[in-house]
Amino acid sequence: MTYDAIIIGAGMSGLAAGIRLAQYDRRVIVVERHNLWGGLNSFYTLGGRRFDVGLHALTNYAPPGTKGVPLTRVLRQLRLKHEDLRLGEQRCSEILLPDLRMTFTNDFEHFRAEVARAFPTEVPGFERLVQAVRDYAIGQDRPADQSARKVLPEFLGDPLLREALLVPITYYCSAREDDCDWHSFVILFRSMFLEGLSRPDGGVRTLLNLLIKRFKQVQGELCMGNGVRRILVDGGAARGVELEDGTLLEAELVLSSAGLTETMQLCGRQDLVRPADVGRITFVESISILDRLPEECGHVAATSFFSTGVPLRYRPPSDGLVDVASGVISSPNNFVSDQPPEEGCMRLTFLADHDRWCALEEDAYREAKAREVERAIATAAQLTFDWRPYTVFQDIFTPRTIRHYTGHVNGAVYGSPHKRHDGSTQVDGVFLCGTDQGYLGVIGALVSGISMANRYALVSA
Amino acid sequence: MTREEIIIAIKDIIETIAPDEETANLDPAERLRDQIDLDSMDFLDIVMELRKLYGVQVPEEDYKELATLNGCVQYLEPHLSDKPLHCAAQA
Ligand SMILES: Cc1cc2nc3c(=O)[nH]c(=O)nc-3n(C[C@H](O)[C@H](O)[C@H](O)COP(=O)(O)OP(=O)(O)OC[C@H]3O[C@@H](n4cnc5c(N)ncnc54)[C@H](O)[C@@H]3O)c2cc1C
Repeated sequence: MTYDAIIIGAGMSGLAAGIRLAQYDRRVIVVERHNLWGGLNSFYTLGGRRFDVGLHALTNYAPPGTKGVPLTRVLRQLRLKHEDLRLGEQRCSEILLPDLRMTFTNDFEHFRAEVARAFPTEVPGFERLVQAVRDYAIGQDRPADQSARKVLPEFLGDPLLREALLVPITYYCSAREDDCDWHSFVILFRSMFLEGLSRPDGGVRTLLNLLIKRFKQVQGELCMGNGVRRILVDGGAARGVELEDGTLLEAELVLSSAGLTETMQLCGRQDLVRPADVGRITFVESISILDRLPEECGHVAATSFFSTGVPLRYRPPSDGLVDVASGVISSPNNFVSDQPPEEGCMRLTFLADHDRWCALEEDAYREAKAREVERAIATAAQLTFDWRPYTVFQDIFTPRTIRHYTGHVNGAVYGSPHKRHDGSTQVDGVFLCGTDQGYLGVIGALVSGISMANRYALVSA
Repeated sequence: MTREEIIIAIKDIIETIAPDEETANLDPAERLRDQIDLDSMDFLDIVMELRKLYGVQVPEEDYKELATLNGCVQYLEPHLSDKPLHCAAQA
């Protein structure tokens, strides 16, 4: 079989790229190793309940018709309707540091006022930062991968305010240990603070159903449950792929959302991957179903980003399975919605060490999951409320689960610390989309799939 | 297609790719970008729709010719004069 393009992975970026190409009559196939689509943001059913794998919140909220913002662009490019996403806006979110609590909503004026309240002398610097963030264009002024921790003191003198911005942003995007690229910082500042957070009614299924429906409508071909075993390379250029069942598919263009390291492995070119390209940031996440709503316990935040120490320690723990000193708490109940989830739910995400989780035997693994999550919730409970007494059901996933379901080396949620912003690799015709191209999160991954498909399959074809 | 029909065809394409934009009162002499919210991704889509609906290939270096409605007519007339008008919304 010969295609104009083969796309590896039916996650957000792969599906978006697939829609773009099929929409313009390219012969395209999206190949996914698993039987379900969604990748890092997939869904499952357990104990009669429906769960989302990743989704806490969609970043980049904008009301219908807002000009010039990523959400509007994504919807246009994929021909989706804002109303079909059924977005419910967050009530509020919070940033919790030692002796500091700040809240933010989808109205940036609220956050401005919070900064002025907690850091009155920092207002001019903060305004300069906001302006720099608004004006930023990739490649201008400074390298994209410059350290946000190094740049921020140019604007903000108070280390606590710097930390208050870095904790949520680092948690939501950074593949880099103890830091975050300036480029990612800017993108996430816009996505979370200038735009905002929301959640589709029905969770990630709502979005995925729209993407799959659209892909089928434009006659895209989807191949599920049959991964790419090898990318066929001849004379330094892509010729096609070989699937796990031995099927050969031909194409001179391969867009891969598998990650940089993983894609080079598929090309048989591990030698091109430097150790520093391999990411290690990964998480444990627990999902607790409660017999009451979080708001009945006084908890109204959609997401709470916390660190019990400053500066944020953001790397795999050096001495244990997890690091519970920081994390993200999220509640799907705390979005304004016509159809809110019926049961109360609290999710908690914290840093973990991939290798230690993967070294555990089955019994020890199960026992460790229960023990470590107990410890993490105990920390989070001191900052919010203790939901353990109201918990009627719990599920936990670890770096081992993430690696299994996404194929990302080390279960690295944010992929490689060194992003390839132009998507190129050292193999002709093989391009990256998604996580390792450098746009993160659900909306970021969609933007990435769209822009890589446009650039390498539509404009240059 | 007549010159008027080419304008209808372009407006129809814009409404398909940017349904939230109003095209009725566009000034044909002014840049589209200055009147409605269209970025380079949207211009790519105008070109892609032209190709899909009418088989017209616009090379990248000519995208700038499509900046105004008058520019579109000027550039596209030789390619479209013998083609009937379609509706992009159905594609
Ligand atoms: C716990 C958690 C919480 C998150 N919370 C949020 C959130 O609240 N908001 C937000 O915006 N983002 C969140 N994210 C991040 C978001 O999920 C990702 O950034 C985004 O989904 C990445 O999409 P992608 O297409 O780049 O990659 P992926 O989703 O990783 O997709 C890659 C796909 O490729 C497939 N694949 C890999 N190798 C092969 C192969 N050889 N053959 C075939 N298929 C292959 C994989 O199976 C996978 O389906 C979260 C992630 C996690 C893990």
